[in-house]
Amino acid sequence: MEERPFSDISYRKYLDEDKFMGSRCRKCGQIYVPPRRFCLECRSEDMEWHELKGEGELAAYTCISIGPSFMIEEGYDRKNPYCTGVVTLAEGPRMVARIEGVDARDPESIKIGTPMKVEFLHRGEGDKARTFLAFRPL
Amino acid sequence: MMSGKRKIGRGVAIVGAGMSNFGMFPDKDSKDLFAEAFSEMLASVDKGFDPADIQAAWIGNFSNDFFVHQAHWGPIIADLTGIVPRAVTRTEGACASSTLAMRDGLMAIASGMYDIVLAGGVEEMSKCTTEEVTEGLALATSPYEGEAGYTFPGVFGALATAYFHKYGAGREHLMNITIKSHENAPLNPKGQFKQTIRDLMEARKAKAAKKGEQVPDWADEKEALFDPRFNPPVAWPMHLYDCCPISDGASCILMVAEELAKSFTDNPIYIVGFGQGSGRGLHACPSLTSFEANKQAAAEAYGMSGLTPKDVQFAEVHDCFSIAELIHIEDLGFFGEGEGYKAVAEGETRREGRMPINTSGGLKCKGHPVGATGTAQMYEVWKQLRGEAGERQIPGRDLYIGATQNLGGTGGTCTFTIFERR
Repeated sequence: MEERPFSDISYRKYLDEDKFMGSRCRKCGQIYVPPRRFCLECRSEDMEWHELKGEGELAAYTCISIGPSFMIEEGYDRKNPYCTGVVTLAEGPRMVARIEGVDARDPESIKIGTPMKVEFLHRGEGDKARTFLAFRPL
Repeated sequence: MMSGKRKIGRGVAIVGAGMSNFGMFPDKDSKDLFAEAFSEMLASVDKGFDPADIQAAWIGNFSNDFFVHQAHWGPIIADLTGIVPRAVTRTEGACASSTLAMRDGLMAIASGMYDIVLAGGVEEMSKCTTEEVTEGLALATSPYEGEAGYTFPGVFGALATAYFHKYGAGREHLMNITIKSHENAPLNPKGQFKQTIRDLMEARKAKAAKKGEQVPDWADEKEALFDPRFNPPVAWPMHLYDCCPISDGASCILMVAEELAKSFTDNPIYIVGFGQGSGRGLHACPSLTSFEANKQAAAEAYGMSGLTPKDVQFAEVHDCFSIAELIHIEDLGFFGEGEGYKAVAEGETRREGRMPINTSGGLKCKGHPVGATGTAQMYEVWKQLRGEAGERQIPGRDLYIGATQNLGGTGGTCTFTIFERR
């Protein structure tokens, strides 16, 4: 795999390419999402890119009625809330991500422990184009 | 491995404290609010005090840069209070900014560098819209949370779902915290909200009757709090009444070397333990029902003071959201993990309870001008320990140990401070 620095910028570029990437310590095998430069377990700096399976379980969530401006621009508001959550990945680490395919108007219908699959949300165009990490129930 | 007990090299006492009224004040700015707090602090020094004796000051401010487009608050406060040309430094740790101001003062006195310092904080938020404030506060989330669309209430909402799932609690348990905070609210003349939930329900009913609308028929507080017309969702399960308000305000304390304390007052309050921790975002924290920064702060402060959670008689904790109060009282060891919500339901954290929490009304009712909150929590402990809390004085108890817990961001910074009256 090509040598990109283990940085948030690289992590986001991979998202743009529909790849969900973390870093893996070559010494102790620990996986980090988003990638880290330093292994916090063994303090090694010998890292490699690791593509995640993109599978996991919902660990926590919230349905937001008053969001930041970029979510308001997507059409979310008090009448149309969105869900964002925490997903425990199959590889062990957790990640925060938007949660698609659930009814954010009925938060109690959303269940912790639900198996989830990764999804890449491409929003905006040109200079404003960015990709958001998301998960959806399997 | 560098570890072991932290210690305060030279004793430090608080000999004066003041806070402005907290609320939304279109006709007051940060200087006006800090002046209110400073005047009360000066008047509170029992044996009198010349402000020219302040050798240095630290002022906590999170984001007046964003809220009112003015940064660099150190010299502005130095000029206002006449401390200029001596050093005044701004500290920033999101909502824990003024506890960090106290910490710098503590270290400065303990080191022997200064003997008399001022620590305080200020924030002016209400000139922004709710959406702007939400966005301004979200600057203190972790970058990954921000990208995922989290707001502040959103992060705490997610923690609440994890807590509910793990321990079998629900929204009704968080409501006990809100109801308790609002019971204390009418007793705090400086607070933003002074009404109980019952008062607010009656006001809503009267408004409906006046407008000729159907008058709500709520059996009790919880029925009203479950009604989205009374208590709309903000970031489910966080609803309006789970969230502290948008506030303006200021607070400050006067700190001196222990050996000087009795020349200011016969009743100083000593800082006997302090701890501060840092934490990662939701994705990397070890638990979704605890703040790792809290655990670190508590371990340091208990170790430094030689005290245990059982020794602490009451505390002000950072209830920016109802779930936060629940997590804090467990993290600090006042209640066991997963036991906090039961203790709250049994009234143990009420003013008359075994472990009174947030007698000031907490951030929920007193208000949360973020940079001012840390030293405002200390103001409450100062009042309670000296028996000067008026109507909200904790009844029937000889108080000598109190504590404050202050959280910044979404748990990125937590502090715990233990105070003693000797």
